[in-house]
Order: sequence, then structure tokens, then C-alpha cells
Amino acid sequence: MSASDNPFYTALALILGMDSDLIDIVVLSLQVSLVAVLIASALALPVGAALALWRFPGRNGLIVVLNALMGLPPVVAGLCVYLLLSRAGPLGSFGLLFTPSAMVIAQVILVFPIIAALTRQQVEALQHEYAEQLRSLGLTQLRMMPTLLWDARFGLLTVILAGFGRASAEVGAVMIVGGNIDGVTRVMTTSIVLETSKGDLPLALGLGIVLLTLVTLINALAHAVSEAAKRRLG
Amino acid sequence: MNAPLTTSSFTSQADVPALHFQQASFTHRGHALLVPTTLTLSGCQRTLIMGPNGAGKSLFMRLAHGLLRPSSGHVSWEGVPPVQAMVFQRPVLLRRSVIDNLIYALAVKRVPRRERKALAWQALEKFGLAALAKRPARVLSGGEQQRLTLARAWLLTPSVLFLDEPTSALDPAAIKAVEDAVNEFHQSGTRIVMTTHDLHQAKRLADDVLFMYGGQVLEHTSAERFFDTPTSSQARAFIRGELVW
Repeated sequence: MSASDNPFYTALALILGMDSDLIDIVVLSLQVSLVAVLIASALALPVGAALALWRFPGRNGLIVVLNALMGLPPVVAGLCVYLLLSRAGPLGSFGLLFTPSAMVIAQVILVFPIIAALTRQQVEALQHEYAEQLRSLGLTQLRMMPTLLWDARFGLLTVILAGFGRASAEVGAVMIVGGNIDGVTRVMTTSIVLETSKGDLPLALGLGIVLLTLVTLINALAHAVSEAAKRRLG
Repeated sequence: MNAPLTTSSFTSQADVPALHFQQASFTHRGHALLVPTTLTLSGCQRTLIMGPNGAGKSLFMRLAHGLLRPSSGHVSWEGVPPVQAMVFQRPVLLRRSVIDNLIYALAVKRVPRRERKALAWQALEKFGLAALAKRPARVLSGGEQQRLTLARAWLLTPSVLFLDEPTSALDPAAIKAVEDAVNEFHQSGTRIVMTTHDLHQAKRLADDVLFMYGGQVLEHTSAERFFDTPTSSQARAFIRGELVW
């Protein structure tokens, strides 16, 4: 096995070489996944908290559907977004197909159920402890929402990281709606698929190692922030 | 304890409206936890609710405070419901610093933002918690946590304060601090409604006693009469320290 066949050597060479194509791919991957997680969080945190706080007919059905959607296959999500955004589709006129925006939309659909379902669990557990005190203080459910979301923040950070994990790891959805176009919609996971099918396994593995390193770094950062805050605030 | 808060606007005792239980009952899954009960809590007294475990003391308080609705009958205030606060057996504190827990209560009360900090500090000093202001509330000792919940209740300036066995998990010094605080609330014109297991505590604090047994209010009389001449056999046994359940 020569040095250039070693995936770790390849990964190191990729990183140290600061290859501009690689940097573009890494930046786009992070941009798409982080924006998707940001949008999904903004939608799913309040929805999850509301689901924990209000009792209404069909609530249990909604929770089951949300839990089931945590396992939504990325290719199915990708296909749905593809049909929506394709020229003949209902949103075709926006011309979003094969753009990073389409990839963000697909990942939001994948990440939303994870964050909403897990937020519902976290907030419901906390509400169990807080309910009487907050009602004694005269809070309505609407006013309880920000309190519970803030006080569940350490658990919710893990929830959001789980969502980020899903977004950064999936390939099916971004492949279908992005099209893996070089320099436009090519991200880490789609590059890995491409290099694998081309037979350049060391490069594919090297890209995999870079991706894993990045995800680890982001998780380590979040963990450090949360631990510091925990020590400070209990 | 230091001087009372100057900003507190406690209502005088005549202003505390009466609370009426009218044939109020509570049933859960077919079990009658409170049989239909009719009584009135009025004036600015310290009412101690006594009775064995499972007698319905906590349930009675939750109905009175409005945390639960009666299954039948009515629980209603005469006129406008007064400002109320409740201190629970296990302190419920937010995952924030001590002072932020107090500022939160003021925010809920819609106190203007710029006044919150000063008021919170006054309450901290009053309840001997100033040195702990920046500590996470949930790492305090049990006694400190209960003092913090009392400080929080103080900032709400309640006309009626409910306390559900606030001292059952505390050591004697912490119990003393809670009882002092209860008396201070009372002197400021707050009606006290408190449950306890502790006969001595009831004798120290009670103006009148509500004795419950098996989901029924068996007696509601002045403390003096209750301890001297209880009318029910269960209350007599309870006062003698016998096991009545």
C-alpha cells in the first residue's frame, strides 16, 4: 500500500493542501446543514414545547406521526422536495431545484421531526416538575413556553446536535434535490458517493475522515459551551 | 430578619376576601378524595391544616389555591380573587441563579424591568440569601432552597399564602427560619394556610385548625379549642400522638 493509497494520509494531505475545491465543498456542507438546523430549530422548538403543554384531540396521533418521521428515509424526503420544486411541481416557478436552497429545504424536513419530537419529551419531563409552581405563579401555557424551553436548554442542545448529526450525515436528500453539481451543490457526502463510484476509495475515505473530524469538532464545541454554562448555572 | 420591604404593598387584613367551599368535592378514578365540604376561610388568620397522610390536606390546599378544580360543588372567593402564592413541600426552583429566580417572579408579575434587580436584592437580604445570589438555585441546601421560595413568595406580595408541609424535610434551624418567615408574612397582613404533620409546629403557629381525616374535614375551630377539647375521636387520638390511620 503506497502512501497515496492510505486514506489517513489522503485526509491529511487534503487538509494540509488546503485544496480550494475541498474548502468549497466543506464550506457548502456546513452552510447547508447549519442553516437547515437553524431553521428547523426555530420551527421545531416551539412546536415541540406546544405539543408538550397543550392537550387537544389528535395530540397522541400527532406525537406518533412525529416520532415515526424521525425515521423518514432521506431519499423519500428528497423525492418529495424534488417533486415540489421540479419545473412541473407546485413550487417549480421559484427555480430552486439543484440549488443549495433546495438542499436546505430537504434537510429542514429531515431535521424538524427529530427536534420537535425530542423537544416534546424534554419539555414534558420538565413541565412535570414545574407545572404546579408555574401555575401557582399564574402563568398561562403560552407564557410557560419560553420558561420551559430556557430551563431545558442543556437537554435541548443535545437535541439540536442530534438534528445536526442527521443533517450532516445524510446523502440521499441532498443528492436528489441538489444534483451533486461540481462547484454548486456538491457537498461532502455526495462527493464521497461520487469518489466511491469512481473507485477512488482513498479519496472517498479521506473525505469521510474530514467530515467526521468536522462533526466531532462542532460537537466538542457545543459540549464545552454547555458544560461551562452548567457549572455556572447548575 | 431586617426591616420589611418598603415597596411591598400588602393589603390590610380586612381586605383579604373570604374563601368559600360550597359542597366542594374531589373524586379521582372513582375514589372520593374529598367528600362534599362546605366551609369558609376568612380574616387574616394562620390556619393550620392537620391530619394523617392521605387525609386530603394537600388536595384541600390545591383546591383552595385553584390548582385543581372541584369535581362537584364550588370553591370561590368573595369578590375579586386576591393575590396568592404557594410554597411547596419540595421547593420548585428554576435552573437559574438564585437572584434570577427572584427576578423571574417579578417579571411574571410584570414589575417594570428596571425595578426588578433592586427588589430582588432586598428580598435576598431579608431572607439571608444575599451571599448566595449568584449561585445556581438548585445546588443550595434544602433549608436555603425553602428560604428562596419564601423570598420569591414575598416578592409576589400575596394576600393569601399557602404552604404545603414546607418544613417536613428541614432541620430545626431551617424550620425556625421558615416559621419566622410565616409569622412575618402574617404580620404584614397575609392570611396563612399551611399543612403540617408536626403537632408542636401547629401549636406554635396556629390561630385556627382544620383537622382532616379520610377526605373529610372533621373539625374547623380555633387552635385553643382544638388542642383543649377536640370533638372527634380521631382528633383526640391524633393529639395524643396515637396512630389514627
